[in-house]
Amino acid sequence: MRSISTSPSLLAAPAALFLIVFMLVPVGLMIYVSSLERGAFGGVAWGSHTGIAYEKLLFERDLTGQISFNSDYIAIILRSLRLAAITTAITLVLGIPTALYMASLPPRHAAFMLFLVTVPFWTNLLVRNFAWILILRNGGPLDSALAATGILTPPLDILYTPLATGIGLTYSFLPFMILPIYVALERIDKRLIEAAFDLGADRWRVLSRVVLPLAAPGIAAGAILVFVPCLGAYVSPELLGGGKSLMIGNLIQAQFGASRNWPFGAALALVLLLVLLLSLILVARIKRREQAAS
Amino acid sequence: MTDTIVAIAGVSKRFPGAAQSALDAVSLDIRRNEFFTLLGPSGCGKTTLLRLIAGFAMPDSGEISLDGNVLGQTPPNGRPINTVFQSYALFPHMSVAANIAFGLEMLGRPRETIKSRVAEMLRLVRLDGMGERRPAQLSGGQQQRVALARALAPAPKVLLLDEPLSALDLKLRREMQIELKRLQAETGITFVFVTHDQEEALAMSDRLAVMRDGAVMQVGTPDSLYDAPANLFVAEFIGEANFWPATCIEKSGASGRFSIGNGNDIVSVTEAQMVAVGEKATLVVRPERIAIGEPKPGMLHGKVETAVYRGSDLVVHAALAGGGSLRARLPGTTAADAVIGREAGFTFPADAARVFPA
Repeated sequence: MRSISTSPSLLAAPAALFLIVFMLVPVGLMIYVSSLERGAFGGVAWGSHTGIAYEKLLFERDLTGQISFNSDYIAIILRSLRLAAITTAITLVLGIPTALYMASLPPRHAAFMLFLVTVPFWTNLLVRNFAWILILRNGGPLDSALAATGILTPPLDILYTPLATGIGLTYSFLPFMILPIYVALERIDKRLIEAAFDLGADRWRVLSRVVLPLAAPGIAAGAILVFVPCLGAYVSPELLGGGKSLMIGNLIQAQFGASRNWPFGAALALVLLLVLLLSLILVARIKRREQAAS
Repeated sequence: MTDTIVAIAGVSKRFPGAAQSALDAVSLDIRRNEFFTLLGPSGCGKTTLLRLIAGFAMPDSGEISLDGNVLGQTPPNGRPINTVFQSYALFPHMSVAANIAFGLEMLGRPRETIKSRVAEMLRLVRLDGMGERRPAQLSGGQQQRVALARALAPAPKVLLLDEPLSALDLKLRREMQIELKRLQAETGITFVFVTHDQEEALAMSDRLAVMRDGAVMQVGTPDSLYDAPANLFVAEFIGEANFWPATCIEKSGASGRFSIGNGNDIVSVTEAQMVAVGEKATLVVRPERIAIGEPKPGMLHGKVETAVYRGSDLVVHAALAGGGSLRARLPGTTAADAVIGREAGFTFPADAARVFPA
């Protein structure tokens, strides 16, 4: 009998099986569905192939069959990209100082902060977004607090705007930014920081020349962990954005729901996947170039 | 005193929660352009003292001055003092050249100056052409040289070295000892070197301070510490020695006569200020000061147990007739006298022995 260690392919089997069942099969199914004609009453007409779902991304047909360019869907994708990018930027700005502060604490206090950062995960995402509705709505706590200080006059009118969506997304994904950055900072050899001070660097230059470059892998990981799910976010845009300005996640959901256009929904999902892959490749490229440069 | 560069005056430091002080009223003067060593066993406070000089920690009381100016609460980046860390602490994300340039950039030197200074430093530590490499691509000895070059590049007034050779193997350590002496002589910068290795300390230092439990036991040149240790700890810590329990039986001025062991062997000692007649004492004699001969009165009587010939000398262990043992390092020419099993007499010059109260 061969031992397990002599057959690495056997060791890789669970991972391979997982990837096949949960990755390749669904993506393959989506590619297949996106190539089908939609069924008359929802679903798809199995077996009849057409490129109509992809055509719909860029063009529209009027009732007479005339084809014209339609930028609506491109606009939705761009809007989603922009929102994901802004959310990533804001979580970076909030997450880096938070992680720095946590890394500077003695171990016991840091563990408590870590606990606090993960507390939101104990409650369902949907419930947390509903909570934000209550906070942001006109006449809600934020509204009355700002009114009381006289900074703004009510009504606030934040709820059901892109701003509310941004707040919700930032809130939801901030822990995903903080945690990898904290881990990266925690792993930095403290003597490197002492060495930088010793060589005459002030706090700011210790941070910019030594700490942040060494934490770069964690910062990149955090950015990806926020950007990727933000791009396809569905709950926050729906609940806090009021579904008024469509995001690509809501658009896809609508195709499988109310619009009953599965092939188009599948095509959109594939486009989202492609956009994500391209942005990840871009990040990897920048990283490699930076490494080569320094 | 004008040639003092670092003056440490009554410095104490206790870490929160520690039962004992890491440093207890330590005073030291480190002179300009000297290779000064802080020597002591682990936990003696030598590294703490180094960190106080660097500014990584502040003393609870006492003062440290550099070139006549009290350093007070000045942070490390405000002190013209650089450190070579035990683990080197090279910046892994920067090239060797960028590591060396770091301190110069922080001082705001012009780009051209930095470039030529980095090249000069690489030459000084014999790493020409290695500037573009990453620290991880270098061997331990090469990383050590980069750490030295980085700390020397801004031309600090004092260079602190925290057990920098402890991670190297023996051969490399010997090489680096010579290299460090050369660098110190060439740059003219004051080196303050921390080590627990007494051989290393003797070989490298102009002067050294022996520390124990947060206090300085003795300061002096290597030969003065070796020949005239101020106390038993220094005698034990530096070099090899014989320690014999003895009783003072007679004194005239500074000198005295002592009975060793069971009292049959009487020896003379010229420097015996620390003990009075009738007191118990410990006699300390270095092995190379002992000679062997026919047993006679006034000698130590013993039986040769082992004799190891080592070319330059012969290491003899003998069991003393009065109890205890003796270790002698005899010149190779006397090998014939040290036959195993032989009853012999051992002598030493009266000024070769040190006496401490027991």
